[in-house]
Amino acid sequence: MDDERKVSVKKMSDEKITTDISFTKEILTKYPKEQRYLLAILQDIQRHYKFLPRKSLSMVQEYFDIPLSRLYSMATFYKALSLKPKGEYVIKICDGTACHLRGSNIIIDEIKKLLDIVPGDTTRDGRFSLETVNCLGSCAAAPVVVINDRFFGKVTPSKLKEIIEEYGGNGDE
Amino acid sequence: MEINSDGRMRAITDTSFYKNQTRIALRNCGLINPEVIEEYIANDGYMALAKALTEMTPQEVIDEVLASGLRGRGGGGFPTGRKWQFAADAKGDIKYVVCNADEGDPGAFMDRSVLEGDPHSLLEAMTLAGYAIGAQEGYIYVRAEYPIAVKRLNLAISQARERGLLGKNIFGTDFSFDLFLRLGSGAFVCGEETALLASIEGKRGEPRPRPPFPANKGLWGKPTIINNVETYANIPVILLKGADWFGKIGTEKSKGTKVFAIGGKINNTGLVEIAMGTPLKEVIYDIGGGIPNGKKFKAVQTGGPSGGCIPAELLDMPIEYDTLIQAGSMMGSGGMIVMDEDNCMVDIAKFFLSFTQEESCGKCPPCRIGTKRMLEILDRITKGEGKEGDIELLESLAKSIKASALCGLGQTAPNPVLSTIRYFRDEYEAHIKEKRCPAGSCKALIHYEIIADKCKGCGLCAKVCPVGAISGEKKQPHVIDKEKCIKCNSCFDRCRFDAIRKY
Ligand code: FES
Repeated sequence: MDDERKVSVKKMSDEKITTDISFTKEILTKYPKEQRYLLAILQDIQRHYKFLPRKSLSMVQEYFDIPLSRLYSMATFYKALSLKPKGEYVIKICDGTACHLRGSNIIIDEIKKLLDIVPGDTTRDGRFSLETVNCLGSCAAAPVVVINDRFFGKVTPSKLKEIIEEYGGNGDE
Repeated sequence: MEINSDGRMRAITDTSFYKNQTRIALRNCGLINPEVIEEYIANDGYMALAKALTEMTPQEVIDEVLASGLRGRGGGGFPTGRKWQFAADAKGDIKYVVCNADEGDPGAFMDRSVLEGDPHSLLEAMTLAGYAIGAQEGYIYVRAEYPIAVKRLNLAISQARERGLLGKNIFGTDFSFDLFLRLGSGAFVCGEETALLASIEGKRGEPRPRPPFPANKGLWGKPTIINNVETYANIPVILLKGADWFGKIGTEKSKGTKVFAIGGKINNTGLVEIAMGTPLKEVIYDIGGGIPNGKKFKAVQTGGPSGGCIPAELLDMPIEYDTLIQAGSMMGSGGMIVMDEDNCMVDIAKFFLSFTQEESCGKCPPCRIGTKRMLEILDRITKGEGKEGDIELLESLAKSIKASALCGLGQTAPNPVLSTIRYFRDEYEAHIKEKRCPAGSCKALIHYEIIADKCKGCGLCAKVCPVGAISGEKKQPHVIDKEKCIKCNSCFDRCRFDAIRKY
């Protein structure tokens, strides 16, 4: 069952890439062939697909005529770039100092209880991803959680439960 | 406007939060509409640039900045004017001005407020810097996590271009200058100048050894100055009001003001801008309003992951670059995190070190391996597996890392550990020798117990316990099954009779 699911998720994302690949092409035509635009291009690709699809990377590699390992080194260096597809909803928990002191670790534990994922993971149904970030610049509202672009402050375990339920909760239940 | 305790209204500038502040870098934040360039101009905006371009030579601009005594607000506190002079003196026709707006200190958001609240002041200052050193282009490297800041900067740049405040022949002179944005991508090490430049060049943001310093060989090998947002925000005011005026604020060696982001266990959290030399105590009690819930102040952390903790004994200390360094901390970018008696100092040290460990780019072994080893030791201490000699081992590792790491990130990474050992050694010892966390914060070392005398048997604790570890008859004292307990603290928070004891 587990494997089946994984395969289907993988298929899904692969399919999306084949249909969407035109976007990568479009991006590449917008930038001159200069190293200085490499990071910006990867950022654009990431923003569009929510990760860096292998096919897009190959196209970038060809365009710049550089080894793929160079792109890999960039992708693994910058936290905002990801080689794995992200969930539909990306949950970002702030673990900056202020949020840490006001119990962000309890919130991380709670997510684990609710969705069975730890930072860096995506739920099996591909709906939620969990990330921790450093200070979101809203320390007065610590602890802070952001889901996609929606912002939640002074989050408590019970409040978190309500929020997650609002997003459809744990599909497994 | 704010309502007083006696029900009377008073102006917001009279509240203790604002009364004790001096606002230079934040002068316009919250007062003008940042999306309307006219509002900035109406508040003396672009006046300094007009004055400099029409009445001053580039060297006179540098001299004014030098005379003001302004030091970098982003970390080490290097004199800004000297940096500019180096770049101006460096040979070459192409030079660059860079702004570090990749605020990465976890717990600080000073730059964000200027970027969002007063973007034109940054544009004006960078253009001034360009004029002073003879640059034609500038780059603002801003955190992608601040989407509003990015949007407003873009807007401000296009407004400035429309009005001829950026671009060719600014104010009809033969000085031309333009600005571009580059987005950071979540790498703390990019706050380090040479790493930041590598990132703008489209590479992995790894630092390189200095010298050569960026003032001689910076962006694409050309002379470059890099300052952070707050430093730039001071520049137009200095040029307009003069170095003398600026020099009267602050202390002998630390001129002007500093913005701090106060957070943690404090009543008024937020940004404050104070004159240098203000005692810490005033910031925490008068402006910050003290510690909530009647708890005791324990320490204040400044300088983020590169800084250290300052204990209660030193609260009278004036805030200056040098006093902070003597106390084992640093100014840093201005995070100021207040901790109370419930915060464990070993845990705080571990928190910061795990941050720098995670952010270490891996290029130099002292930082890559050294911080990892230190973190392992801290980890075992907080788990109650600390060994005799661990403190000394931490100290010696810290020393070697400080002496040998390639960049500022590694060189300062051990500071949070060293300063907590210096002031709270007994807490480390309690963890190691007695397997006890005095603050009651390290999960592995605390236990929960119900005090039978105080328990009224209301059953609330049993209800909130997520693992069903609490049992008991109604109206009878309950008990906690220590085997089942996951130490989530829910019962402790819930009990209305103080009947649950952490030890
Ligand atoms: S630490 Fe979480 S918002 Fe600042």
